Amino acid sequence: MAVLLIAEHNNKELRPFTLNAATAASQIDEDVHAVIIGQNSTEATKQLSELPVVKKVLSVEAAHYENFTAENFAPVIIKLAENYSHIVCSANTFGKNLMPRIAAHLDTSQVSDIIKVISPDTFLRPIYAGNAFATIKSNDVKKCVTIRPTSFDPCDGSGGSAPIEKVEAGEEFSNTKFVKREEIKSDRPELGTARIVVSGGRGMQSGDNFKLITEVADKLGAAIGASRAAVDAGYISNDHQVGQTGKVVVPDLYIAIGISGAIQHLAGMKESKVIVAINKDGEAPIFSVADYGLEADLFEAIPQFMEELNKLNTIQK
Amino acid sequence: MKILVAVKRVIDYNVQIRVKEDGSGVVTDNVKMSTNPPDDNAIEEAVKIKEAGKATEVVAITVGEEKAQETVRKALAVGADRGIHVKVDGILEPLAVSKILQKIVDKEKPDLVFMGKQAIDDDCNQTGQMLSALLNWPQATFASKIEVKDNKLEVTREIDEGLETIEINIPAIVTCDLRLNEPRYASLPNIMKAKKKPIEEIAASDLGVDVSPRLEQLKVEEPPKRKAGIKVANVAELVQKLKNEAKVI
Repeated sequence: MAVLLIAEHNNKELRPFTLNAATAASQIDEDVHAVIIGQNSTEATKQLSELPVVKKVLSVEAAHYENFTAENFAPVIIKLAENYSHIVCSANTFGKNLMPRIAAHLDTSQVSDIIKVISPDTFLRPIYAGNAFATIKSNDVKKCVTIRPTSFDPCDGSGGSAPIEKVEAGEEFSNTKFVKREEIKSDRPELGTARIVVSGGRGMQSGDNFKLITEVADKLGAAIGASRAAVDAGYISNDHQVGQTGKVVVPDLYIAIGISGAIQHLAGMKESKVIVAINKDGEAPIFSVADYGLEADLFEAIPQFMEELNKLNTIQK
Repeated sequence: MKILVAVKRVIDYNVQIRVKEDGSGVVTDNVKMSTNPPDDNAIEEAVKIKEAGKATEVVAITVGEEKAQETVRKALAVGADRGIHVKVDGILEPLAVSKILQKIVDKEKPDLVFMGKQAIDDDCNQTGQMLSALLNWPQATFASKIEVKDNKLEVTREIDEGLETIEINIPAIVTCDLRLNEPRYASLPNIMKAKKKPIEEIAASDLGVDVSPRLEQLKVEEPPKRKAGIKVANVAELVQKLKNEAKVI
């Protein structure tokens, strides 16, 4: 039986992690079908049909799908599930919210946040904030799997032409009402997919000082991250949090400034290719994962860092 | 209004866990255990709602082995009125826990069920959503703000793109984020008082729920270690290394 991929989108376009989830789905079985549930999502549906790994697209449209409410989405997928061996989506807030609601209805024990497909029924997943890896075999008839997007490369975005099939919408779940979404718009790269991430922690001491992080990020074309401590203290908004209960990032370069490196933070960034730590406490645990550690006062180091960057002829984008 | 709050006993968040040499799991003997951190936020929020006069009773529940009862006792010490301990040994998957909670909800008929958004041991992030599915109740996951209105909650949720606000009708499930509130510490007099609060013990086998695991944990291993890096003397050296050695800028 084929694998059903749940596409994540914003009605206008696919969200980037759909491509990573598509890769994971295709590693489970080559026969990948993708379902897209939304409202006026023609363009996103077309994008989905162009992913070469997707063999068929199922499109479900209705006004009550506009805001991706799990209570509305789950019944659609449960109905489709009889034709599929696996249901797959990203382990980001979209998939985390939705998939267990599907799994419980199907009486399936979900496998969350996998980082590797070992075989169609066996997966590798991190536990304890990534301090251990568990190999898990699912014995359920239908398998519900969420995938860690940063552990799978995005699939090709074009070249395919899967047929698009309309599927009838389900009823509206009347006990949940969407009120509003406050998205932080930024011209910077998205945290989850950025090549460079510059993160600040409690050591920044204030939200105002976070502009030093912004300057470095602007210079490097980087996304901005933060430790939980910095978000809790109100220095920066929650969508920047990197760690066990925030986002997982795997950039080519991660620069941790004024971050001590609690295990919960390391869980979100220690797979980065190159890690830089700038901290005045030479004993800070962040140095244990840093490729390049600089023991220094960040308020002296950042201006010097900017100066040195300005001296470079070119900076990779 | 009655609020049921589910709490889980996990290895303390400050402990650096160790993987057992035989690959069967992680070492838990003689390791400090605590309440799963966001479950503390769930208890705190329920107690605050009661203190604001909007709830009449807060019931704390845990599902697990004998010692899991410590987490219920702790919840009682910070303001929960009574406790329930569903006893079951061995590995429990979120699906099994949600089925047990469903049985307790049928019996207790709470208006709201709160719990942490994720347990920091298995990092599954499933139980609340699964319970909502089984009860066909609305779910507000990753809550960072809860406002109680007439027969409704307005909940602000932390999502990848920022914040989302939804309105859910009661009865409902809320899974709590760490930023929802600042959990209080239990005072000594309250810890003493909590010892007198009742905890009902229920054997999972009496609930008629199949809790046997569906997943086989074939192996638990240490993740690959990062090789040790170097300390650089100054910013100039750092930038030179990033440019010419790591070639990332």
